[in-house]
Amino acid sequence: MAMNTSLLNGRLRMVLGFVVSLVVTIFGLLLVTFIIGRVVPIDPILSIVGERATQAQIEAARVALGLDKPLWQQFFIYVFNAFQGDLGMSIRTGEPVIDAVTRHFPATLELATIATILGVIAGVPAGVLAATRPGSMADHVVRLVGLMGYSMPVFWLGLIGLLVFYGQLGWVGGPGRLDAMYDMMYDFEVPQRTGMILLDTAFAGRWDMFANAISHIILPAGLLGYVSMAYISRMTRSFMMNELGQEYITTARVKGMPERRVIWVHAMRNVLVPLITVVALSYAYLLEGSVLTETIFAWPGLGSYITDALMVADMPAVLGGTVVVGVAFVALNMVSDLLYRLVDPRAR
Amino acid sequence: MTLLSVKDLRVTFDTEAGVVEAVRGVSFSLGRERLGIVGESGSGKTMTGRSVLRLIRPPGRIDAAEMVFDGQDLMKASEREMRALRGQRIAMVMQDPKYSLNPVMQVGAQLMEGLRQRDRLGGAEAKKKAIAALEAVQIRDPERVMAAYPHELSGGMGQRVMIAMMLIPNPDLLIADEPTSALDVTVQAEVLSILDGLVRDRGMGLIFISHDLRLVARFCDRVLVMYKGKIVEELAARDLLAAKHPYTQGLLNCLPRIGGDRGPLPGLDRTADWARA
Ligand SMILES: Nc1ncnc2c1ncn2[C@@H]1O[C@H](COP(=O)(O)OP(=O)(O)O)[C@@H](O)[C@H]1O
Ligand SMILES: [Mg+2]
Repeated sequence: MAMNTSLLNGRLRMVLGFVVSLVVTIFGLLLVTFIIGRVVPIDPILSIVGERATQAQIEAARVALGLDKPLWQQFFIYVFNAFQGDLGMSIRTGEPVIDAVTRHFPATLELATIATILGVIAGVPAGVLAATRPGSMADHVVRLVGLMGYSMPVFWLGLIGLLVFYGQLGWVGGPGRLDAMYDMMYDFEVPQRTGMILLDTAFAGRWDMFANAISHIILPAGLLGYVSMAYISRMTRSFMMNELGQEYITTARVKGMPERRVIWVHAMRNVLVPLITVVALSYAYLLEGSVLTETIFAWPGLGSYITDALMVADMPAVLGGTVVVGVAFVALNMVSDLLYRLVDPRAR
Repeated sequence: MTLLSVKDLRVTFDTEAGVVEAVRGVSFSLGRERLGIVGESGSGKTMTGRSVLRLIRPPGRIDAAEMVFDGQDLMKASEREMRALRGQRIAMVMQDPKYSLNPVMQVGAQLMEGLRQRDRLGGAEAKKKAIAALEAVQIRDPERVMAAYPHELSGGMGQRVMIAMMLIPNPDLLIADEPTSALDVTVQAEVLSILDGLVRDRGMGLIFISHDLRLVARFCDRVLVMYKGKIVEELAARDLLAAKHPYTQGLLNCLPRIGGDRGPLPGLDRTADWARA
């Protein structure tokens, strides 16, 4: 019984710790974006009222935006609004930033998720293969392929990929998330529960549209998945080598366990502990860093939204998008932390 | 009746720094008796023990003129045949339960693994046997230990689990490689007596590896003394005090110290004839 209550206390402490770290991180994130918003040499009023506005118009806009209040008040209003899902208005489109972000983020999430899944599916077995046959041909191939992933010119490869697989061979869909015809149908005929086309069409049983979405996502996701695979396979190899040198592996062999089980059960369970962090990092990197890929493939994700906003100095949009990426990052961290505790009893 | 016969066993490591000969022509045979192997740290005891299970990792290599276990040639056995011997007929207790138990698997799962995977027993039956095995090593609350993870156990407790796990299939030969060296002195005697009792009761062969000559003499019938990968002396445990070899005498004179493996023996003349070659 004593063990049970302490376990409960542990859980409670853990959850509390998560909540506190979440709030603190988001607060810090908002502080940073708030400061950036005040420091950049872009006048938010000027971009709203235009250059020929009268002094009275400018003053009215200042009051409307709350810019006449002291800075600390402005900050708390900003935080208060943000926690209610209000990230301000886009200067470029006049639309609430939160609306645009909720439209664009699922596209990025979908791309990064598929890419990460591909990276794990290819990277983990490749890393294990290399680790169990160090110095072999397979090991060298895996390392070479991984090395290429590090130095890969995503931009160039993306264009070549489009040219060959879409332009020449016609094996895959072109830029965008769907063919133009399906794009319209998706907007009108499919309930957009998640904003992720693969999920929404699957829920609606629209497999024709699902297949079309797959043909569009496969190239950019494959490209990003390759980058992710390069990192994951390299780390898996080194984690696995390390585990295979441990004494408990000898114990499993002494017990007469087949090599397959020694590697995939005994060693793998231990490899998972650090690997979770690696996969989370790679996932986060794809969530925030796939701007280039989104640009090449005309992927209407958060990356291209923020970039477009930046081009026209639409600061509320840029900062709002940044906040959302940051929140996603924190959430991802929390999930990986939870998984980490799940696979490592010593961390509980 | 011979259970294990080893002739001219050699373990070689091809390293970048050159060839290391960890075991250099060891021969011995063993019935259902208790054989001790002693020697200072690095003398090749562990490599000798693991060779019998053919569990030397590359770049290590095993060679032997003969290595026969109960009529079966271990040098010619396939990996599948070796797996059938491991665990089932030859088992090994290793030095430190902190490293030799899988840190992320519950003790119960590790105990029952052989029963479930190899013997294909159902959960309930495997559990019953695992609990009986834990009771045999005098663990009083087996249910709790089964649910624990290795880091939640003390060293003595962990080593009892290790012994229980290795004895579940009732092997014919048990190799115990410094089974108490990593434990607190206070629990060493207890764990040893548990091990000794089980080995005696079940009449299995035992290879007891230790750097502590007196300990080995107490638990074994016969003692091999190893130095630099070779057997320098073999004698019955009761004749220990009559040991002729200066190295053995050196081991005897070296008072037991608290802690794990000792370094090379101090005050031992290594320039004599026996120390060369
Ligand atoms: N991976 C390895 N590479 C090179 N030499 C090794 C390796 N593993 C063990 N050895 C050598 O084998 C010798 C015997 O080791 P071991 O059997 O563990 O000694 P003991 O158990 O008697 O302390 C050591 O002196 C060491 O030099
Ligand atoms: Mg040793």
